[in-house]
Amino acid sequence: MNTSPMTTPKPTLLLVGYGMVGHRFLEALADAGAADRYRVVVLAEEPRPAYDRVALTSYFSGRSPEDLLLAEEGFTDKHGYELHLSSPAVAVDRAAKTVTTAAGHTIGYDTLVLATGSYPFVPPVDGKDAEGCFVYRTIEDLQAIERYAAGARVGAVVGGGLLGLEAAGALRGLGLETHVVEFAPRLMPVQVDEGGGEALRRTIEEMGVVVHTGVGTKAVEVSQDGTAVGMQFTDGSRLDTELVVFSAGVRPRDQLARDCGLTVGERGGIAVDEFCLTSDPNVFAIGECAMAVDGRVYGLVAPGYEMAQTVARQLAAQSAQPFTGADLSTKLKLLGVDVASFGDAFATTPGALDVVYSDSRAGVYKKLVVTSEGALLGGILVGDAEAYASLRPLAGTGKPLPVPAESLVLPAGLAAPVSLGGSALPDDAVVCNCHNVTKGQVRAAVTEHSCTTVPEVKTCTKAGSGCGSCLKLLGSIVSEELEASGVEVDKGLCPCFAYTRAELYEIVRVKRIATHRELLAKHGRVGQDAEGCEVCKPTVGSIIASLAPELEASGHILDGEQAALQDTNDHFLANLQKNGSYSVVPRIPGGEITPDKLIVIGEVARDFGLYTKITGGQRIDLFGASVDQLPQIWSRLVAAGFESGHAYGKSLRTVKSCVGSTWCRYGVQDSVGMAILLELRYRGLRSPHKLKSAVSGCARECAEARGKDFGVIATSNGWNLYVGGNGGATPRHADLLAQDLDDEQLIRLIDRFLMFYIRTADRLERTSTWLERIEGGLDHVRDVVVHDSLGIAADLEELMSHHVDDYQDEWAATLADPERLARFVSFVNAPGVPDPSIRFTPERDQIKPDLVLLATEEELLAALDPDNDPDNARVAARATASILEDAR
Amino acid sequence: MTTVAVQTRIELLAGRGWTAVCDLDLLLPGRGVAVLLPDGRQAAVFRDARDRIHATANRDPFTGAYVLSRGLLGSTADGRVYVASPLLKHRFDLETGECLDDESVRIPVYAVRLAEV
Repeated sequence: MNTSPMTTPKPTLLLVGYGMVGHRFLEALADAGAADRYRVVVLAEEPRPAYDRVALTSYFSGRSPEDLLLAEEGFTDKHGYELHLSSPAVAVDRAAKTVTTAAGHTIGYDTLVLATGSYPFVPPVDGKDAEGCFVYRTIEDLQAIERYAAGARVGAVVGGGLLGLEAAGALRGLGLETHVVEFAPRLMPVQVDEGGGEALRRTIEEMGVVVHTGVGTKAVEVSQDGTAVGMQFTDGSRLDTELVVFSAGVRPRDQLARDCGLTVGERGGIAVDEFCLTSDPNVFAIGECAMAVDGRVYGLVAPGYEMAQTVARQLAAQSAQPFTGADLSTKLKLLGVDVASFGDAFATTPGALDVVYSDSRAGVYKKLVVTSEGALLGGILVGDAEAYASLRPLAGTGKPLPVPAESLVLPAGLAAPVSLGGSALPDDAVVCNCHNVTKGQVRAAVTEHSCTTVPEVKTCTKAGSGCGSCLKLLGSIVSEELEASGVEVDKGLCPCFAYTRAELYEIVRVKRIATHRELLAKHGRVGQDAEGCEVCKPTVGSIIASLAPELEASGHILDGEQAALQDTNDHFLANLQKNGSYSVVPRIPGGEITPDKLIVIGEVARDFGLYTKITGGQRIDLFGASVDQLPQIWSRLVAAGFESGHAYGKSLRTVKSCVGSTWCRYGVQDSVGMAILLELRYRGLRSPHKLKSAVSGCARECAEARGKDFGVIATSNGWNLYVGGNGGATPRHADLLAQDLDDEQLIRLIDRFLMFYIRTADRLERTSTWLERIEGGLDHVRDVVVHDSLGIAADLEELMSHHVDDYQDEWAATLADPERLARFVSFVNAPGVPDPSIRFTPERDQIKPDLVLLATEEELLAALDPDNDPDNARVAARATASILEDAR
Repeated sequence: MTTVAVQTRIELLAGRGWTAVCDLDLLLPGRGVAVLLPDGRQAAVFRDARDRIHATANRDPFTGAYVLSRGLLGSTADGRVYVASPLLKHRFDLETGECLDDESVRIPVYAVRLAEV
C-alpha cells in the first residue's frame, strides 16, 4: 500500500533558485501530477518570477520584463506552490534539513532541489568595480546598462562569445560606438573554428562593431570620481570607453553547496549522479549549478531542462531518464548573423574529414565534418544556417549522408539545390533539441493524435516551442506524413480557388491577369461559368488594385470589372453602418488640420445632419449619410481640399502623430512632418487588410506607434522602425525592425516592408499575424527587407514608386465621372427618392439610427403612410403612382 | 442582317403587375441595384456572371436593414447563385430566397423579365 493516511502532513519540497530550469522543474512536477504530493516552497533571489533569460536581449528591442516572464498568470497559485521573491537562500543545514534566507527565515525541507544557476565571471582586473562596469545576466543588469548608456558615447564588451556578442548588439542598439574584446584569436571560440570566426568577424565589423581579438583586458581606467573612462590591454594598447560590460563566461553558483559540505567539482559545480542526486540523498542539483556525471557543467538551457525533468519524475515516483550528458549543438542569431555548431564541430574524431565552403565577401562559412565513409559527425555554419535543423539530427547516426556532403554546403545556384527534408531522417532522430522530441514522436502526433498543422503538433509534442529553429523541418515532416496518410490539406483561399492569396498574387503578377473573371476561368477550381464568391472577389480586386500599374489596369477601383468585385464599402467609397447608411471620413494626414478645414467639416456635418465623432486615428467620422447624399457631401469636401480617407478600404488608414519637436519640449524629431509624409506616400495603397501607422517624436511614445502595423519612433539619431503591432482583440506590440534610420532609409524600408507584406500575406491577415505566421518570422522579414536576402528589394521599391506615381483621389475622380456617379442613387427606378428606411432619432444633441423602423417590413410601410408622417407623403405618392395592383 | 438599336429593360413582377427596373446595360454583372416597389417595399435586382437576372427582397432579415442589393454575388460548388449580405455576410440563394447559412430563414424572391423597348 502506497497511500498515506490523510493525517500525515505532506513532505516539504524546497526549491532554491527560480530561473528557467527551476521553472521547468515546477512545470514538470505539475505535468507529472505530483504538485499536490508535496508542500512546495520556492526561494527566488530576483524580484520577479522566472523569465526567459535566453531571450534577455530582446528587452532592448522592446519586450518588457513582463513579456519575458515564463509562467502564465496564476501558475504558482494554480499548483499551490509557495513562491518567495527577493528571498535568496544563504545557508543550508543538512543535519537539521533547513535552509536559511537572507532575511533570516528558516525553512525546513524533506527534499531540497538546488537550481541556483550561475554567475557571470568577471576577470580580476584593476578597476573592474568602477562605475560604468556591468555584467549581462539579469533584467536589472540590462536596465542599469540602458540608463548608463544614455550618458555615454563608447562602450566595450569583454568577451567575444555568445553572450558577449549579444551584449555588443545591445550596446550598438543603444547608440554607442561598440567594441568587443576577445582573448582568444577568434570570436565565439567555443562554437566555431578559425574560418567560421573570420566570417563572423567580417560581418560584425561591417555593422560598425570594432572587434579586438587575441588581446586580454589588463585594467579598467578609472577617473578620480570613480567612473570608468578607458581600458588597457595586454598588448599595451588602450581604448577610451565609458561603459564596460563583462561577459567572459559564467561559473556555477555552488557556494551554498560548498558551505554545507556537499561534494563539488574541482572546477566548480555541485557533483551529481545520473539522477541529479548530490552527495546528500535528500538534495538534488539541476541546471547550470550542477556538474553532471560526465564531469561537465552545462551552460545551456536544454540540458538543464532535461535534468529538471529527471528529478521531477523521480519525485513523482515515475520512471526517470538518467541524465548522462547533453548535445551542445546550438543555433543562434547574433547581430543578425546565423551561427550554428553541432556534433563534432572541431573534427576531433580520429579519421574525421571536413568539407568546407567559405565566402568571406558574403560572410558565409560552412563546414561539415564527415567520416571517410561519408557519415556526418558534425559541422559549423556561419552566415547561412538554414540546413542546421535537418543536419543536426543526422550527425553521429553513423549512416552515410543521402547526398554528397559538398552539395550540402554549396550555395543555391552553384550546385543543384539540395535540401534534406524530413524523409532523410530516421525515426529516432531528435528533431527538436530544446524539448528532445524525435521524428517518430512528430509522426505519431500526425498519425495517432490527428494533428494536421505545425501549430497543432507544437501543442501536442512541444516540438518547435523552444528556439524555433526546427519549425521548417517540422513543417516538412508534417506534410510528408499527411501526404503519406492520404490527407489533403486545403490551403485554398475559398471554394473557388485552390490557391492562397499569396499564390494568387504571384499568378496575377507573373501572368499579368487583370480581371477576376479571367483568373477564375484559368486558375479557378470550379467551372468556366462560376460566379466567384464574396471572399475571392474583393481579394482578387485588391491584388489587381495593388498591381494596377504593372498590369496596365486602371488604378480606379470603380472602373470596369473592378467595380463588381468590391465590397459595398469600396463600391460606394464609404463605410456601411448598421441601418444601411454610410459614414464618411476625409483624410486628415498626421491628424494636422487648419481651423478653416475644421469649420468646413463642421458645416458639412451640420448641413447634412450627420452625427460626428472623433476617431482613434486622429480624424473625424461623419455618420448617417444615405447613398445619394455621398456625392453631394464629397463635392463640398473636395472643393475645400479634402480627399478620401480610405476608411472604407483594406488600405492605409491613418498615420497618427504626436506633436513632436516643433512644439513639445521632449520631442527630438518632427513627428508630425514625418507622419504627413508617410500618410501621403502610402494613401490609397490596397493591402490584404487595413494598415495603421503612427509616428512618435520621442521615446515617450505618445502616438502609440508600437500598436500599429508600422510604427516610427524618433531617436536622437533618426528613427526606429517597428512592425507588426496591433490593437484590437489580440493586441500585440510591434517589433523593432531597424534603428537609427535617416528619412530616406526609413522610407525605403517601409516601402519594402509593405510591399513584401502585400505580396505574401493571406486575406484579412494583419501584419501582426502575418509576422508570426510567416516562416522564419521577424528574422526572415528583416533579412528580406533590410538585408535583401531574396534579392527582391529593388522590385518591391519599384512597385511602391509606381503606386506613389499612380495615386489619384478616388472621390475627386468619381465626382468627375458621370457614369460612376450614376451609381449613387438609393433606387434605380426612382432616382432622387431618398431611402425611407434610413431614418434617425435624437440622442445627446445628435442623431442615431432609428432601428424600430427596421424591426419588420410593416413598420416601414406604416411609416410610409402619408397619414402617419407628412414628410413621407412625397415618397409614397410617387410610389403609388406606379402601382398597378397591390396583391400583397 | 441589320441590327436595330434597342434597349433591353428589366421588369419585375410585384404582386400582379410588372414594375420597370432599369436598362439591362446599367446593371454590372456580379452586382445589384435597389428597386422601390409600388407599395413602398424594396427589392434587390442582380445580374450574375452568366447575365441572368434575379430579384429578391432588399431587406436583410438578420439586421432589418435594406441592403441586400449592395451585397456581392457568389456561386456554390453545386452552382447555386447567391448574394452575401454586406452587413453580416449571410448568403441567400437568388432562385429560392433560402438563406444558405440558416435554413429556417427565407427572403421573398420576385419574377423578372426582359422587355425590349
